[in-house]
Amino acid sequence: MLDIIIDTTIRAGTPILYATIGAIIMEKSGIINLGIEGLMLIGALSGFYFTFITNSLLIGFLAAILLSAAAGSIHGILTTYLKANQIVSGLALTMFGTGITAMLGKSMVGENIRGLERINTVKDIPFLSPVLNQDIMVYISILLLLLIHFFLYRTTIGLNLRTVGENPYAADNAGINVHLYRLFAVVIGSGIVGLGGAYLSLVYTPLWIENMSAGRGWIAVALVIFSNWDVRKALIGSYLFGGIAANQLRLQAMGTNIPVQILQSLPYLFTILVLIISSLKNDSTKQNQPESLGNPYDREDRV
Amino acid sequence: MEKILELKEISKKFGNFQANKNISFDLYKGEILTILGENGAGKSTLMNIITGFYRSDDGEIYVNGKKVTLTSPKDAIKHGIGMVHQHFMLVKNLTVFENLLVALKDKRFIINKNRYANIFLNIFKKFNLNIDLDLPLWKLSIGEQQWIEIIKLLINDCQILILDEPTTLLTPQETEFLFKFLFELKKEGKSIIFISHKIKEVMEVSDRIVILKKGEVVSILNKEDFNENRISHLMVGTVLKNKYDKDVKPSDDLLLEISNLYAKNDKGLADLQDFNLVVRKSEILGIAGISGNGQKALAEVLTGLKDPYKGKISLNGIDITYGTARQKYIHGIAHIPEDRKAMGIAPDLTVEENLILKNFKDKELGGILLNRKNINRYANDLVEKFNIQYGVKNAPVRLLSGGNIQKVIIARELSENPTILVALYPTRGLDIGSQEFIHQTIIEHQKKGMSTIYISEDLDELFKISDRIAVIFRGKNMGYFEPDNVDKKTIGKMMGGIIKDD
Amino acid sequence: MIRIEKRISNSQNLKSLAKFFSFVIGILISLFFLKFLGIGLIDLIKNIYYDAFGSIYSFTELLIKMVPLLICSIGVSFAFKMKLWNIGSEGQLYIGALASSLIAIYIPLNSHYLMIFLMFLAAFIAGGLWSGLAGFLKVKLNVNEIIVTLLMNYIAILIVDYLVYGPLKDPEGFNFPYSKKFTDIAKLSTFGDTRLHTGIVLAIFLLILYYILMEKSVWGYEVRVIGSNPNAARYAGININKNILIIMILSGGVSALAGFTEVSGVLHRLQHSISPGYGYTAIIIAWLSNQNSIGILFSSLFMALIFLAGDTLQLNYQIPISMVNAFQGILLFTLLTGDFFINHKITMKRRKNA
Repeated sequence: MLDIIIDTTIRAGTPILYATIGAIIMEKSGIINLGIEGLMLIGALSGFYFTFITNSLLIGFLAAILLSAAAGSIHGILTTYLKANQIVSGLALTMFGTGITAMLGKSMVGENIRGLERINTVKDIPFLSPVLNQDIMVYISILLLLLIHFFLYRTTIGLNLRTVGENPYAADNAGINVHLYRLFAVVIGSGIVGLGGAYLSLVYTPLWIENMSAGRGWIAVALVIFSNWDVRKALIGSYLFGGIAANQLRLQAMGTNIPVQILQSLPYLFTILVLIISSLKNDSTKQNQPESLGNPYDREDRV
Repeated sequence: MEKILELKEISKKFGNFQANKNISFDLYKGEILTILGENGAGKSTLMNIITGFYRSDDGEIYVNGKKVTLTSPKDAIKHGIGMVHQHFMLVKNLTVFENLLVALKDKRFIINKNRYANIFLNIFKKFNLNIDLDLPLWKLSIGEQQWIEIIKLLINDCQILILDEPTTLLTPQETEFLFKFLFELKKEGKSIIFISHKIKEVMEVSDRIVILKKGEVVSILNKEDFNENRISHLMVGTVLKNKYDKDVKPSDDLLLEISNLYAKNDKGLADLQDFNLVVRKSEILGIAGISGNGQKALAEVLTGLKDPYKGKISLNGIDITYGTARQKYIHGIAHIPEDRKAMGIAPDLTVEENLILKNFKDKELGGILLNRKNINRYANDLVEKFNIQYGVKNAPVRLLSGGNIQKVIIARELSENPTILVALYPTRGLDIGSQEFIHQTIIEHQKKGMSTIYISEDLDELFKISDRIAVIFRGKNMGYFEPDNVDKKTIGKMMGGIIKDD
Repeated sequence: MIRIEKRISNSQNLKSLAKFFSFVIGILISLFFLKFLGIGLIDLIKNIYYDAFGSIYSFTELLIKMVPLLICSIGVSFAFKMKLWNIGSEGQLYIGALASSLIAIYIPLNSHYLMIFLMFLAAFIAGGLWSGLAGFLKVKLNVNEIIVTLLMNYIAILIVDYLVYGPLKDPEGFNFPYSKKFTDIAKLSTFGDTRLHTGIVLAIFLLILYYILMEKSVWGYEVRVIGSNPNAARYAGININKNILIIMILSGGVSALAGFTEVSGVLHRLQHSISPGYGYTAIIIAWLSNQNSIGILFSSLFMALIFLAGDTLQLNYQIPISMVNAFQGILLFTLLTGDFFINHKITMKRRKNA
């Protein structure tokens, strides 16, 4: 029983983990992206579509990365070179992603593919098998997380990226191309978010359903705050939500008396709760939020 | 001597505003050259062009005899040109180490901390600095932060160092220490461009002076031609007074009394500690001190933007220790805030709407609905009286020049004839004309009985306008002085925390 | 060399022109997408024109779509004026619809006016409390209102779903997720033979009220000061927290009234999927119009046309209604790009001596 809970938690948490990691990279550079929800859908549909026509999961995942990155680059260019309002642009991206996938994905509804399979290494060892018998994308997500943490804190490019997010004027002064770094962060981050979407349509279900991300992108945006912009803490947050989401599904399947809709609203309620808790322990000296988050950079605005 | 930098006919326009016009001069190896000019003369624009932040519309720059194109700060650094900006280019949430590393020109992809830390510590040692590399930058004092800025240039082996108004935030002692250091660098063959508007210190430190006025070079002086009056004339067209002749004296009656006041900042550290202050009626009391020693907290507590946690403030014998901004306003306390754009105005609203920011609840101006007619009349009066220049009617106030924005604020704050004005760096960044106007306006109101707490970091200014000067250091009042009976050195020492020895 | 400079003063004509061009380009891109899906564009435009302006009746159908958009965007604009991002208008609409429906279904009344008034009041109060919660969290704990209001949309929709699939389901409704039909007492009256209901009067009234409150009243002045610079507001002695709460309650309450007009004026019952995203579109309208009253009116009408086009596409070409979202996204992208050209001057300039 516990094994099943651990297993479903990891599987349900992984797409959110990808999305949260992607969002953190963008926000570290100073760009808020409220388009995560849209990007996940674009990742989910393109992953599914390309797997469907090529029969190759690898191509599916690659397409998800590429197309989400391409869609994300719209937000990237608008919020850097074109100095657009980040909130409006992000919302536009979510609307665009939701609509375009519903439109283009109509023919994919009801189609089937062979989803990504698990690695069966260990048999029937409590606690260990649900952790070790996952699919490869689960392990890649954790590897990616470690890699990004290393990148941000142990490499000069990562340091530059953090500087851009904290004080773009200082970064510019040090010869760092602020807009390029931000665009780079948004594109890479969007690609990773797309992977989260593709995990839904290629591994978790595996199906294409209109609007299948069902708010996971927004949960990821909230988890960025919960994890205090630290990718390592994103793991905890994502699995926590994976746990709630997956286990409400299990409760539904088991046929409890609690109405489905109430169970379905649990992840959203918990996200709000988590936001409240994050702000309760909000100690200004420990705040990790990038200083220039949400502000467009314009060299000539400098005082 | 060999020329290291040559500027030829540099021009730059912002919209219709000519910031720089045909500026030409040379910088030699191992000299300290000062660009002198009042605020708004085009010094910063010029430096931003030399460091690649802005591109000039016209003109050429030569480094070591070779023509260069500087399109970004990176280009400038590549050619050995670095600048310490007036507003530091530091990241306060990163550590000292990270701040230095970001600025370092050549570095490997993966950070080898020990290797770079050694490079930095060696430079620290050379100049006898003792700063912990792992400290987050915000924990450093202003003086220390400035050192980090200078070291950023040294680690990149810059040959041309530009320092933009570096002494503004320093005590006279720290300034002296900085100058000694500059002479040291000069000996090593580095060239320094020093930017300032303070004539006295410029004469002390420079080999040559380039005087800038309204974006043009009016004169280049060699050391033997330095003469205070002459420089002043060239810079602003008049000899600057050291003190105003006021025909008004403060009364002996007490107006404001602050006793044993304590306040904390948002990081929980003490801003004001056992602070005491007495202001008399119709007195201009100057508060001297390095910015960041509690001046802002003092102003905020007095004007109701922040609550103290201990102590007492009384005005005319009434306890006003606690109270909202609104209540403090009703008590007759006016406030010129430190950052005019960040606090003093609602930038998207019109001049008119900004002029009623404090008294919009008055019956004549509204009630439930705004009385546009009366507001209009009231605003027109002030615009005329304070000679506020704005282009289009109903244009948002953010489009006004800094001097005019400050006029809007002062007009509004003084329009209700307050009992006491708390002015925080009211002339910062303004040209001489605007500064003079603000001083005269305050003296005008002094005659009508208004008292002023005039907070500034510019001692020359405080000596010019104040009846008494108090020194603030780490949230404490270090003592009072009469400007006539004290020299700036003594005050400078106290600004650095050294107690009066009498 | 290409140079980008900030434009300091900009003329109104230029702004309108740039916005218009952005619009046109946005629409062209959207049409390109439809072309890609194999739709004959000339035919399509004819169909849309016919559906919107073909007759007085069709024009009233357009107005019916405009009503909830107009009401929601007034609600959102209240918040935007203070730079509060209430993006929970959609959920607030659902909550308003729910509250009105509960009154209509459970309170037996004979007076039409009393019934309508109670439904109106219930919607406003429920929506106000609903978004007031987000305001409370913002004031007390500084919880980001964007995420909270958005997540509450999902919750509101699920609550309505729970009721129409469960306790409120019409026993004679063939198992559709519908509540019972309202009695005539709970229906807004209509104009002539059209379906256009008196909700439009409410919407226009709200718009006028919005204009007076924001532009003419002392309180509106306070709100604008806070929106422009919260520090200046603090400095002026304006109570920011109190105003955040009031604005969030008002913003949510007004948005909820759109739910009231939809159930009382159009649907005449509570059901699954009341709104095809009016609340989200309202965010665009509020941003696009810069919260200017006339701008809100015309943007709402334009967006209503897009929804109508969405219906046409769905009925005649089997394109899912959510493509309206895609168009809106594209329009926003082109408008944001247009904004850049409004605020910046780009000149090609040859440098002397270069």
